[in-house]
Amino acid sequence: MILKGKAHIFGNNINTDDIIAAKYLDSQDEKFLGSKCMENIQPDFVKKVTPGDIIVAGNNFGSGSSREHAPVSIKGCGVTAVIASSFARIFFRNAINRGLPILEIRETADIAQNDMLEIDLSKGIIKNLTKGREYRAQSFPVFLQDIVKAQGLTSWVKLKEGKRNEGAKD
Amino acid sequence: MGLTIVEKILLRASMQKSLGDFVYTKVDFCFGNDITAPLAVKEFCKVGFDSVFDTKKIGFICDHFLPARDLKAANNVKVLQSFARQYRIKNFFDINRCGVEHIFLLEQALVRPGCLVVGADSHTCTLGAIGAAAFGVGSTDLAVAMKEGKCWFKVPRTLKFIYKGKLKKWVGGKDLILHTIGTIGVDGALYKVMEFGGPLVKTLGMDDRLTMTNMAVEAGAKTGVVEPDAVTFSYLKKITHNALRVTDAMKRLKSDKDAVYEQVIEIDVTKLEPVVSCPHLPSNTKPVSALAGVKIDQVVIGSCTNGRITDLRIAAAILKGKKVKKGLRVVVLPATPQISLQAEKEGLMRVFVEAGCMVCPPTCGPCLGGHMGILDKGEVALATTNRNFVGRMGHPESFVYLSSPAVAASSALKGRITHPEEIN
Ligand code: SF4
Repeated sequence: MILKGKAHIFGNNINTDDIIAAKYLDSQDEKFLGSKCMENIQPDFVKKVTPGDIIVAGNNFGSGSSREHAPVSIKGCGVTAVIASSFARIFFRNAINRGLPILEIRETADIAQNDMLEIDLSKGIIKNLTKGREYRAQSFPVFLQDIVKAQGLTSWVKLKEGKRNEGAKD
Repeated sequence: MGLTIVEKILLRASMQKSLGDFVYTKVDFCFGNDITAPLAVKEFCKVGFDSVFDTKKIGFICDHFLPARDLKAANNVKVLQSFARQYRIKNFFDINRCGVEHIFLLEQALVRPGCLVVGADSHTCTLGAIGAAAFGVGSTDLAVAMKEGKCWFKVPRTLKFIYKGKLKKWVGGKDLILHTIGTIGVDGALYKVMEFGGPLVKTLGMDDRLTMTNMAVEAGAKTGVVEPDAVTFSYLKKITHNALRVTDAMKRLKSDKDAVYEQVIEIDVTKLEPVVSCPHLPSNTKPVSALAGVKIDQVVIGSCTNGRITDLRIAAAILKGKKVKKGLRVVVLPATPQISLQAEKEGLMRVFVEAGCMVCPPTCGPCLGGHMGILDKGEVALATTNRNFVGRMGHPESFVYLSSPAVAASSALKGRITHPEEIN
């Protein structure tokens, strides 16, 4: 799958309270949560996003709470992928489980606000069309690739279940 | 090659001969709260799951926005209640019998030493203080755990922290963990387990140990853990009213002498004074004396970090017979009803009320900016909680400092950040 969009730059240690403030956590609605994305740290962020855009951040993106509302909010505002130097662990698993593509590269500082990016998800290659450069993301272990391929954990479980049942019929 | 406690628990649960990089393994208990569990239920129903793996091994603990602060919060509790009824889930806790999840679950003997537990809450790592492998996960993880009784894990490396020296008066578990996070940074233990050990940790009571594992996630850790010992077992027997039976397997649960650690970090604490984290990161630590004079508008004493009976005793001893600074708000939140009751018995509640504190019901309250003590623009709070991120307790332009109960109570009397020495 190829994703294409402009980059929105964030710093290090962007936490889940930054991504979606706790006062909104009583909602599970993707559109609503999306409309409040990054409100505390960049009140006009949602207005700047065109569907398909990509977040680029430094170290430890998504630190703090376990709220899955964070990746839901990111998807809800129209962002299709997050690139960071590193991810906090619960955000990492929530993104995988929710089917929000995430990529780890070292060269995040090379990307500037509004640079046009093109991501080849299956190859893990990010092209910076504005700068004419290319970055290679760390590839996921096979186990995680399977979940990503299934587009999330629950569908992966469903798929497995389906296979089990087919096996039983044989 | 030896194994650490957490590796042993993962190995037992996964029923494998050795651990690879990833495991998809059985869990002994899974839980969520009134924020994360409704999202899990939504996902569960959306994909068409139609059964749960074990009605006794799932917990819904309503503690965040309770007593329901508005219609949405009330509805979320109802969603959990009806799901629990439909699937006969035994451990659904509304406010008639509830408390802050990580402490409440211990009192209910639902989590034990040696358990593999996943909670849809990042501070699930708190439970590692009793020697459980306790991992914070997301709502989809919880949905799958409820269905399959399983969860996927990247097998973590472990950092061992050994504390040495003697603690000064007024220095305890909170100061140790804040100092540690200040030293290694908010991603210093990313994806790793923080194992706390050494002679000093053995001398700490469980309430201090729980404070330390509670904040492991603030260093990015997968969890924190302490070897269970006699202190652990007598504490658990007491708070569960003997519902927890101590087994030989629990007593044997220790990291092997030749266990492999990614790093062993020794920290000498002899010179350590009470530590305060400044806005807006837990790693932004300073000794309390460097902040003397910082004016505050509110003090919060409570949460899964420091809302246990020892914390309330320390705070009450400082406040006894005195009045909090005029114009300052003080919110006290015991972590569970059992702790409230004990505080009542010991006369601590009276001390708080007479000093001018507001004692709130045992829930999360303002800790995550939910309710019961939200900060307005420009306001400053000193809290015994665990996070001081931008807007965590209310307005994006408010400020939260983190400290121990001793520093919080002393500061409540002065209206500014204060070393307890100044009071006593
Ligand atoms: S007390 Fe605070 S940190 Fe603990 S579970 Fe509640 S909101 Fe989370």
